Amino acid sequence: MNQLEQWARDAVARALQSGATAAEATVAEGEEFSAGVRMREVESLKQAGSRGAGIRVLIGRNTGSSYTSDLSPKGMEEMVRSALDLAGVTTEDPHAGLPDPEELGAFSEPLSLHDPAIGELDTDWKIEQARRAEDVALSADARIQNSEGASFESYAGTRAFANSSGFSGSYRTSSCGLSVVPVAKDENGAMERDYWSTSSRKASGVESAEEVGRRAAERVLRRLNPRKVATQKVPVIFEPRTARALLGELFDAVNGGAIYRHASFLTGTLGEKVASEELTVVDDGTLPGLFGSSPFDDEGVRSRRTVVIDKGVLRSYLLNTYCARKLGLKTTGNASRGLGGNAGVGNGNFYIEAGQLSEQALLGQVRQGLYVTELIGATANSVTGDYSSGAAGLWIENGDLAYPVSEITIAGNLKQMLLEVSGVASNLEFRGAIASPTIMIQEMTVSGR
Amino acid sequence: MGFSQSFFAARFGFTERDLEAYLSEALSSGGEYADLYFEYLATSSIGIDEGIVKSASQGVELGVGVRVLTGERTGYAYSDDLSPEKIRKAARVAARIARGPSAAVKTGFEEARKHNLYPVLRGTHETGLAERVDLVKRADAAARAADARVFQVQARYADSLREVLIASSDGRLSYDRQPMARFNVSVLAREGDGVPQPGHSGGGGRVAIDYFLGEKSPESFACEAVRQAIVQLDAVASPAGEMTVVLGPGWPGILLHEAVGHGLEADFNRKGVSAFSGRIGQQVASPLCTVIDDGAIGQRRGSLNVDDEGTPTQRNVLIENGILRGYLHDQLAARLMKSRSTGSGRRESYQHIPMPRMTNTFMLAGQSDPQEIIRSVPKGVYCTSFGGGSVDITSGNFVFTATESYLIEDGKITRPLRGASLIGNGPEALKYVSMVGNDLQLDQGIGICSKEGQHIPVGVGIPTVKIDRMTVGGTAA
Repeated sequence: MNQLEQWARDAVARALQSGATAAEATVAEGEEFSAGVRMREVESLKQAGSRGAGIRVLIGRNTGSSYTSDLSPKGMEEMVRSALDLAGVTTEDPHAGLPDPEELGAFSEPLSLHDPAIGELDTDWKIEQARRAEDVALSADARIQNSEGASFESYAGTRAFANSSGFSGSYRTSSCGLSVVPVAKDENGAMERDYWSTSSRKASGVESAEEVGRRAAERVLRRLNPRKVATQKVPVIFEPRTARALLGELFDAVNGGAIYRHASFLTGTLGEKVASEELTVVDDGTLPGLFGSSPFDDEGVRSRRTVVIDKGVLRSYLLNTYCARKLGLKTTGNASRGLGGNAGVGNGNFYIEAGQLSEQALLGQVRQGLYVTELIGATANSVTGDYSSGAAGLWIENGDLAYPVSEITIAGNLKQMLLEVSGVASNLEFRGAIASPTIMIQEMTVSGR
Repeated sequence: MGFSQSFFAARFGFTERDLEAYLSEALSSGGEYADLYFEYLATSSIGIDEGIVKSASQGVELGVGVRVLTGERTGYAYSDDLSPEKIRKAARVAARIARGPSAAVKTGFEEARKHNLYPVLRGTHETGLAERVDLVKRADAAARAADARVFQVQARYADSLREVLIASSDGRLSYDRQPMARFNVSVLAREGDGVPQPGHSGGGGRVAIDYFLGEKSPESFACEAVRQAIVQLDAVASPAGEMTVVLGPGWPGILLHEAVGHGLEADFNRKGVSAFSGRIGQQVASPLCTVIDDGAIGQRRGSLNVDDEGTPTQRNVLIENGILRGYLHDQLAARLMKSRSTGSGRRESYQHIPMPRMTNTFMLAGQSDPQEIIRSVPKGVYCTSFGGGSVDITSGNFVFTATESYLIEDGKITRPLRGASLIGNGPEALKYVSMVGNDLQLDQGIGICSKEGQHIPVGVGIPTVKIDRMTVGGTAA
């Protein structure tokens, strides 16, 4: 057992000795590194580590929580005492408690979340990756003369959890990533920026600096000389980057916390058709090497695969123990929290299953429409489903990407938009814990001139 | 209070000589400037949900950040352990990319002149827990009593007290005690079996719990949240397209934050990547517009006695009668642009590198009667509250979404709207301001600004303002 797990167990034991009837503790540590380069010169270098602990105690059905960055015996003692004090002033909550014992445990297969090679990457090599990526972007076209810079970042950390039902466990994670943000200028001096980034839990999993620089340049160049289209209702295609953001709004609507409070437009629709048959949405915390994977959730419940929407039918909400009890359901292993506090609901790898068509084939179905490459200030009201966002992208004419558009908004209602998903492409890639292929929504309001 | 009585000196026994030694270590590999930022943060929050006080949490965080500047280069490291050997280690890591001759650490610190904007009456962990529980219970009861259509209420009271100590190699020393408190209420209301509508309200500032015992009571926030939700019950879909927009006073000042403020942060302008780059002295707004960023207003959420680099905050004129006057500088930008820090160097915590940020951003009041402004609009949208906003500083395009807005027809406010968002272009949008009200208000104290992953508290404010042309994004095309 590692030191962190021992600390978590000690904190739980201390809480029980001091009067708690149940307790759960998290201890985490991490080391971060980042190198920034701008206009081919090193601009910043940051490296440091930190750790922290948190505890949640129950006295009967009353809860209190606290956290600290001081892991000395004195710091841990103060943390436990503070949580117990707080449990003395909260109200008895009949649904509060630890998970049922049979839910506790770790996913048994190896998840490959940590790569020791990341800790051994040479600082100069990391700086060089950022420099290369930016150089490729700056050299790509005469219209790219400036940049907000490029960076290489890496992280390695450990998270441990223990509770008074006898569960304890810990796991290590790592990540590294490279990104670049070139700025392009048109003949009138108007500027646009865009970015490309890559990240992986493995040192060998990131795209090459050349690829990152090339794609960033390609993206920023195609945004130059944007037009503002007239206000109209048209089909809207979301490329993977923006589709992923839209899927994040759906997550909020299947979050058990919103469901039991009737704060989601999907409340009470389990088993009903809520989306087009094209749409299958899965949450899976057990896919090896991905950012949304973990052996157990933040209350010690085994990670798993949950089909949320199956060909348009809502099959499951995403739940932690508390929400599940409120709804008379079982947890789906989606508890999430920082160090202390009651658990919220978080996603594993939350994704839209790939469809059959290529992105090109989807575009081919559109005579006039919008291909969204950037969402700015997206707002979704998960209670009503109302959705609106600033957008930039490319206008589709007769199946082809014709010209860039910007300074427009798109608006609709998520409830309706889910039913109007009229195409899902085959280009699913996991670039983060939320992932989507390109998707098409049959009609949204584009607001412009 | 002298340095020896300050929090870090008293609690950890730091002397000025210790700080000089750490700064010398930071400059041991070269570099022009180094600074130390010590931070101790105590937080507390309590929440009620479904009438049950379900959550209560407290915490403490402690650490130091060390920064070394050489030309455009920043080296940064931090430690959550304040033992001398760990601080020295962080200093050496921060020194790694330094080069060139080392600046000498000035011996004998001079304490920064500073404001006294938020005297701390009672610290976060010094108030009774029962007092805080009472606040959220009062909000819950008031919201439920306000209207029978309310069926869900959540209220949260959160406060914190931050102690900071900042020392720099050019001999500046400052320490500050920074309180922050915030109260929030969210409700859901519905008519029969209809679609529920949310309402939110909140406020606070650099104050302690006592602030909520007077006029800014839990009941006042609860009733405001209920009012918003009830208004939304009758809301219709927002129109879409270009039209006249009237912003109500207070929180709609977020428009200035997005449309103007971010684009004037000196880091973007030093790099030439802002739509406002190189435009000082040019007309970027109607002559009716004067926009200020002021970090030295008493008790405001965005205020600071000294910024997070130890520079006293001040009142900065960004736009004067429509003409762009200045940028917001931190130490690094000021060095590189041969200017002075405007007291705008801010960071989320000791784990973060400071950068130029806003404090409290607002437009000065004009001459017009707010009622007259509404009466002058044949058809348009009147927005009184917003969710959030965002900006792409390079193109200048910004967006924000209204949480409370109304249709204006023939000079009268008629129906409430839902789902209205506004989009515009920073250097262009304010040129269409044709009337500015005499009713400047600052917001209630709920703003959080995010930049490069760092979240900090800010304030905004605006009088009633009429913008002749802006794109409204709704669904009713």
